[in-house]
Amino acid sequence: MNATVMERRDFLKLTIGVSGGLLVGIYLPEVTGASGSLAAAPDVFAPNAFVRLAADGTISVVCNHSEMGQGVYTSLPMLLADELDADWTKVRYEPAPVDPAYNHPVFGVQMTGGSTSTWSGFEQFRKAGAVARAMLVAAAAQQWNVPPEKCTTANSFVINPATGARLSYGELAAKAASIKPPEKVALKDPKDFQLIGKPLKRLDTPEKTNGKGVFGIDVMLPGMLTALVARAPSFGAKLKSFDAKKAEVVPGVRRVVQVPSGVAVVADGFWAARRGRDALHIEWDESAMANFSTRAQLEQYAVLARQPGLPARKDGDATAALANAAKKISAVYEVPYLSHAMMEPLNCVVDLRADRCEIWTGTQFQTGERMAAAQITGLKPEQVQIHTTLLGGGFGRRANPHADFVSEAVHVAKAAGAPVKVIWTREDDMRGGYYRPAYFHALEGCLDANGAPLAWSHHIVGQSIMEGTPFAMMIKDGIDETSVEGAADMPYAIPNISVELHTTKSPVPVLWWRSVGHTHTAFVKESFLDELCAAGGKDPYEMRQALLANHPRELGVLNLVAEKSGWGKLLPAGRGRGIAAHASFGSFAAQVAEVSVENGQVRVHRVVTAIDCGRYVNPGIIEAQLQGAAIFGLTAALHDELTFEGGRLQQSNFHDYPMLRINECPEIEAYVLHSDEKPGGVGEPGVPCAAPAVANAIFAATGKRVRKLPIRMSEAV
Amino acid sequence: MISFRVNGKPVKVDVDPAMPLLWVLRENLQLTGTKYGCGMAQCGACTVHIDGQAVRSCVAPVSRAAGREVTTIEGISPDLTSPLQRAWIELDVPQCGYCQSGQIMSAAVLLREKPHPTDEDIDQAMTGNICRCGTYPRIRRAIHRAAELAAGGAK
Repeated sequence: MNATVMERRDFLKLTIGVSGGLLVGIYLPEVTGASGSLAAAPDVFAPNAFVRLAADGTISVVCNHSEMGQGVYTSLPMLLADELDADWTKVRYEPAPVDPAYNHPVFGVQMTGGSTSTWSGFEQFRKAGAVARAMLVAAAAQQWNVPPEKCTTANSFVINPATGARLSYGELAAKAASIKPPEKVALKDPKDFQLIGKPLKRLDTPEKTNGKGVFGIDVMLPGMLTALVARAPSFGAKLKSFDAKKAEVVPGVRRVVQVPSGVAVVADGFWAARRGRDALHIEWDESAMANFSTRAQLEQYAVLARQPGLPARKDGDATAALANAAKKISAVYEVPYLSHAMMEPLNCVVDLRADRCEIWTGTQFQTGERMAAAQITGLKPEQVQIHTTLLGGGFGRRANPHADFVSEAVHVAKAAGAPVKVIWTREDDMRGGYYRPAYFHALEGCLDANGAPLAWSHHIVGQSIMEGTPFAMMIKDGIDETSVEGAADMPYAIPNISVELHTTKSPVPVLWWRSVGHTHTAFVKESFLDELCAAGGKDPYEMRQALLANHPRELGVLNLVAEKSGWGKLLPAGRGRGIAAHASFGSFAAQVAEVSVENGQVRVHRVVTAIDCGRYVNPGIIEAQLQGAAIFGLTAALHDELTFEGGRLQQSNFHDYPMLRINECPEIEAYVLHSDEKPGGVGEPGVPCAAPAVANAIFAATGKRVRKLPIRMSEAV
Repeated sequence: MISFRVNGKPVKVDVDPAMPLLWVLRENLQLTGTKYGCGMAQCGACTVHIDGQAVRSCVAPVSRAAGREVTTIEGISPDLTSPLQRAWIELDVPQCGYCQSGQIMSAAVLLREKPHPTDEDIDQAMTGNICRCGTYPRIRRAIHRAAELAAGGAK
């Protein structure tokens, strides 16, 4: 009970302050102050950290996860509103301030990632709604002088069925605020859900359709300056000297300051900052990475892959089975470094004062950034407030344990002595590091007398994402789960399986990228299984069915995409179908792709994608996530790689790191399975199958095997 | 001083004539619905209209707008009632939403020129607009829907 009371007080102190309108383009720090001096309006009912009910009946759901397109500003309010029996047309969303009350219930820090927001909030938001409902019922029961259990609720009203009396939630708000929150509340039986499970429209679509939605880059403060930072041209390069004379005379440039990441040009606006930065002369010592190249790295990885690594999985004796095999199949696979390339490049606004630091940014990792800002400024963490704006895409890049873009902006604000917005150009964003790591995989397999896989040996070589971060404590016996996930836990019934990991070091900073380790393990696992099917003369769908006989949820999505795609039916000449299945983030996904190859050009005509994510909240949003995830996966499969030469990244913008465009976008059919199982992730699980489904379809169409991404037919074997 | 009209209102700005129109709109005129994505006319997030033509404002110097009519996402309708906005809302097109101003501005030119576009017309007209979230399937449907709404006498 104490905890509830504390939570409520913290909520009043911390959340009322940000209610001042994220729909307004200009923020007034005096009004939205981190000090939380504003008291709640007396008639605002705030029973816990997640809901506020105003006298006009408006219900604001405070979302502790960031909206980056995945729909949490709709799905989390749906959870709360369902238990509250709220009138959905009165429900709004509000981003949470940074506060322990909003920590991720599983990770213990405030963050958005790992496709966890909706399932981790499934009970949390429902309970918050149920508590509020109980208090509103108690308030009405007092007023009517009837026992609360005699009252019902519907559509934002408490109803006394005996008399037909009704009181709206808005009318009850003030009185409910004086009710003691119940210690325990019952949650609805899923059969009674009114909102959960329905394809309700997203709450954030209007502001994303008229230009009013505020992303980090849109924030403007009075007196704010804009900065661009000239960062090292290669990772680990040291600033030797710089000459700012020409930059300082560019009209609009206010000052040029050195920060740990480089040299910041602080100006009246973007254009002046950009021209000022162009005029800077900087000498860098690039010796740290001078000899680094993608080719050299891959050669090193190939050597490592032939040596024993650390065991991530050992079933039976793959070595012995392979040694005794009449025929072995061997293959090496390669995937490159990848940029997240969110449409909104990184940016961050900082207003640093003597006693507080306020930050506006689109972030997935508020706690880490608050701590980083506190350390840089010498302020207490409570004196640092983060206003989470809409994110113009995240995909993991805005969940950086190193807090790179926020730390830098705090340094710039400190040196500039004014509120400042640091904008990264597209080139800055692409060259700023924190990529999906490049990986090299070496596999060997053999078949039994019936043509079924008998042994599977898999070596994975690449950088650890968690090493060097606070998440490193999750590395067990040298195995970073994010390097082997999807490979070490492969569900296929193969008697002898060995998966080994070689963790490498590199100066290139790496990070989670939508679906993390599954981005490469699914491609390799599903492609190599296809190779074994071909070697054994087996149909890739039927072989998977047999190997997944004891995995009903994997089978469910596999069978669904096979059926919907017309697996086995004739295709026009030159076309091929490929299938892939992969579980990740607590969900089960499968895809079939239909492709043709003409003059070396791969054309994906159709994708059938399905997910079993357990009990779902909003199937309309999930369908969109599946479509988007397939396109995200296709972009990587067909187009993208980051390469290094002489220590420098060779790509810089969308002309040499292209995105899939609408004219290349296949017809995509997305299916969401009905399920009563525990809710699983949605944002990421649709990505991993795209590349292997296409690669396997290319094999079906052409007999050529793709073992390297992005797909180039000249490199297929 | 450069004079032009934005969403029907006359404006005057005292800036470097080489400054891209994008930053004049966003910073000087505080019309932040038009987005920066690439700075080299590769992604379409900055798409606006100059005298009705779709222009990538990140590479268009503000001098190009002098004496002309600029329309931004804020000028498409005051109240979400344009057929495109209605269709976007009906089909829940946006995910992160960052590219959608540019998508709608490109689609508006398409529908003016081809009130009943085919899928091929849509692909051709919309290829300059990247969506990293992958909303293309819904964009296609929404453009067809907007065409229906417009034909039905909607404003």
